Amino acid sequence: MDHASPLLQTFVYLAAALLTVPLAKRLGLGSVPGYVIAGALIGPSALGLLGEPEEVMHVAEFGVVIMLFLIGLEMRPELLWRMRASILGLGGAQLALTGAALAGIGLVAGLDWRAALACGVILAISSTAIAMQSLRERGLAASEPGRAAFAVLLFQDVAVIPLLALLPLLAVAAPAQAEHGALGHLPAWAQALATVGAVALVVAAGRLLTRPLFRMIAETDLREMFTAAALAIVVGVAVLMQTVGLSPALGAFVAGVVLADSEFRHELESDIEPFRGLLLGLFFITVGASVDFALLAREPVLVAGAVAGLLAVKTAIMVGLGRAFGLKPPDAILAGLAVSQGGEFAFVLLGMAAGLGVTDRASADLLIAVVALSMAATPLMFLLGRRFAGAAAAPPESREEEIETDRPHALIAGFGRFGQIVGRLLTVSGFRTSVLEHSAAQIDLLRSFGNRVNYGDASRVELMRAAGAGEAQILVIAVDDQAKAIEIAERAREHFPHLRILARAYDRRHAFELLRLDVDVIERETFEGGVRMGVEALKQLGFRAHQAERAGRLFRRHDLRLFREMAEFFGDDATFRAETRIRSALVNEVMRRDIAVPSAPGADTAWDTESLDAETRASAPAPTAAPARAPEA
Amino acid sequence: MAASVLLVLAHPALHRSRANKALLAAAAAAPGVTVHDLYEAYPDYMIDAGAEQDLLSRYDAYVFQHPLYWYSPPALLKEWFDVVLTHGFAYGDHGRALEGKPWLTAVTAGGQDDSYRGGGHNRFTLQELLRPVEATAHLCRCAWQEPFTVTGARLLSEGGLAEAGGRYRALLEALHRAPAHAPNLPA
Repeated sequence: MDHASPLLQTFVYLAAALLTVPLAKRLGLGSVPGYVIAGALIGPSALGLLGEPEEVMHVAEFGVVIMLFLIGLEMRPELLWRMRASILGLGGAQLALTGAALAGIGLVAGLDWRAALACGVILAISSTAIAMQSLRERGLAASEPGRAAFAVLLFQDVAVIPLLALLPLLAVAAPAQAEHGALGHLPAWAQALATVGAVALVVAAGRLLTRPLFRMIAETDLREMFTAAALAIVVGVAVLMQTVGLSPALGAFVAGVVLADSEFRHELESDIEPFRGLLLGLFFITVGASVDFALLAREPVLVAGAVAGLLAVKTAIMVGLGRAFGLKPPDAILAGLAVSQGGEFAFVLLGMAAGLGVTDRASADLLIAVVALSMAATPLMFLLGRRFAGAAAAPPESREEEIETDRPHALIAGFGRFGQIVGRLLTVSGFRTSVLEHSAAQIDLLRSFGNRVNYGDASRVELMRAAGAGEAQILVIAVDDQAKAIEIAERAREHFPHLRILARAYDRRHAFELLRLDVDVIERETFEGGVRMGVEALKQLGFRAHQAERAGRLFRRHDLRLFREMAEFFGDDATFRAETRIRSALVNEVMRRDIAVPSAPGADTAWDTESLDAETRASAPAPTAAPARAPEA
Repeated sequence: MAASVLLVLAHPALHRSRANKALLAAAAAAPGVTVHDLYEAYPDYMIDAGAEQDLLSRYDAYVFQHPLYWYSPPALLKEWFDVVLTHGFAYGDHGRALEGKPWLTAVTAGGQDDSYRGGGHNRFTLQELLRPVEATAHLCRCAWQEPFTVTGARLLSEGGLAEAGGRYRALLEALHRAPAHAPNLPA
């Protein structure tokens, strides 16, 4: 099927994934092995349904690029700076120790020292895609072991750049021209300059150009334009990085970090997320397809031994380092398992090493198979690790973690005149809020007052999720568009049942509709202000302040009671109108009694001494001690 | 039939009070006790007198748990006395809704035990300082119980808190075991 049409190939990929991924998920393995098995099935060693797996690999690697962009988006610069010790210390130690250990094994196995060194370091690099996806699916990406694993993976991504440059130096034969981007012909200093310049360009463009660009797009109100812009940024950065010989994934990560502070971050995240999933899936499929089953059949013991050895060495070293860097034992085991496999760069670097004559072709092919199998084995390792580390390996819920990840307590949808008041009260009371606002102009205004607000339509589930709906305890719906408020409440109820929902209602009718959706708290937007104004008016008309205040509160209580009672008639217009007439007349009568004639039966009789006075007069001289009370007047 | 006990709790800053939280936990574990948290029910001080009187009528014994501020119950409980214990309901010729029902006041006080005595830092014993409450209970024809007191509440050790909780719970259980007085409906 070498010349299968692209559409047919696409279908084969999607169908294979649809067959195997749900199965793997049901078996508790996560999605990664599902994709890998799908790849192995349709790959050249089995059914041979694929065209050129290597070509597909190039497309699929873009999934890794998008993933790193998304990781970058969640990584504010401050957070990255706080992690510097673990990135440099833990990451550096992992690469050096693992590389040395694996090189030692290579020497013992009879490899030339140069080949042993090259292979050792190449195999020490882990797969960001596999590790992060596996951690994410287990809800561990932001946990302590997740952070440690990520620090190591990030260091490795950076280390690939010098490795690419150093590999030719290990060549025994005269080196062929290294693949070093399009600038390979330039002198070394110019290449270095171009590299630094490219990163600076990404940072500067991200800081200066993206905000006006996104604002412009926001004003068009076309969602697909955001998707287009997000993809264009990622692709553009990837191309730029490739040109100067940097890893596109690393470039995308930098771009992500630059945009992590942007108010458009959540919008970008939710728009680009589906591409990440599918392209990463494609990447995992190509990993499966690259397993050479013929080799496996020929040398089963050698391959199995090498895979087991690789996994064991990498896990053991990372566990030891994790402990040395202060991780608890179960966390250290998780971090070790996460980075236990070989990485996708190994495919490139091993091919290159063979091309340069650093290693022979046969060893390189064997190691490629070993790396692919080690990637496929990662989810199994996690299953094993869970049994091994016991319940302690469950997602940890420590307090420090909560602080570090800036999880919001409250999600506020709509940050206009209403939402801002709610937000300010929550913030000054020490709660973290995450805000979604749909108007770009409003966001600009808020920014100028130093508020952090995210752009986006709060009725979109993915955007709610990106803004933290999964972790928040409450959702405040403060948008002024009535239909939008209903829509947000419906979606939130359906997708985030744990959230307590507080909604701003336009009027009584809108409030009833919200009540039907089981919204926990409803506040009619003009009610409090109206009551307040009534109280002030009473004061102007001669009520004493306390009397006016009580009148306002009584009014509020009766009105809320009426509101709850009327809810059951809402929907049947005729009955509703009739009931409204009867009941509000009744309530008005009760309030009139309570407020104006405090001594009426059943009324607010606080501080009323009329009946006591009557009794006292009747039985004068009073034998009972009347409590000393000042009459109201 | 065992008596149903209504525990009226009045603490404006329960989140800061170890002693009252410990007592409340002990009370919640006691059988037949219903806790009514005034500051939670009426954050705006707008006490619904009718609802409160209905509530009182449904129970056979009352516990008022609160700290002592300036030798008095907290402001909301004082307001509650003013608004709920009205003439014709709680006292007066026809006000017999609470008649004969036990009234237990349970107070926590910051001062040490020996400061509450004649010549001590606080000049009077806690029993003396609680006389106005006792008089209120008397006017309502309630059966005044020896008050339950926890002194030095802020500095109490975990052990001391547990001990106080145990004593409190035993008192509440005794109230619950006592035969219910014939309910007095408001005249």
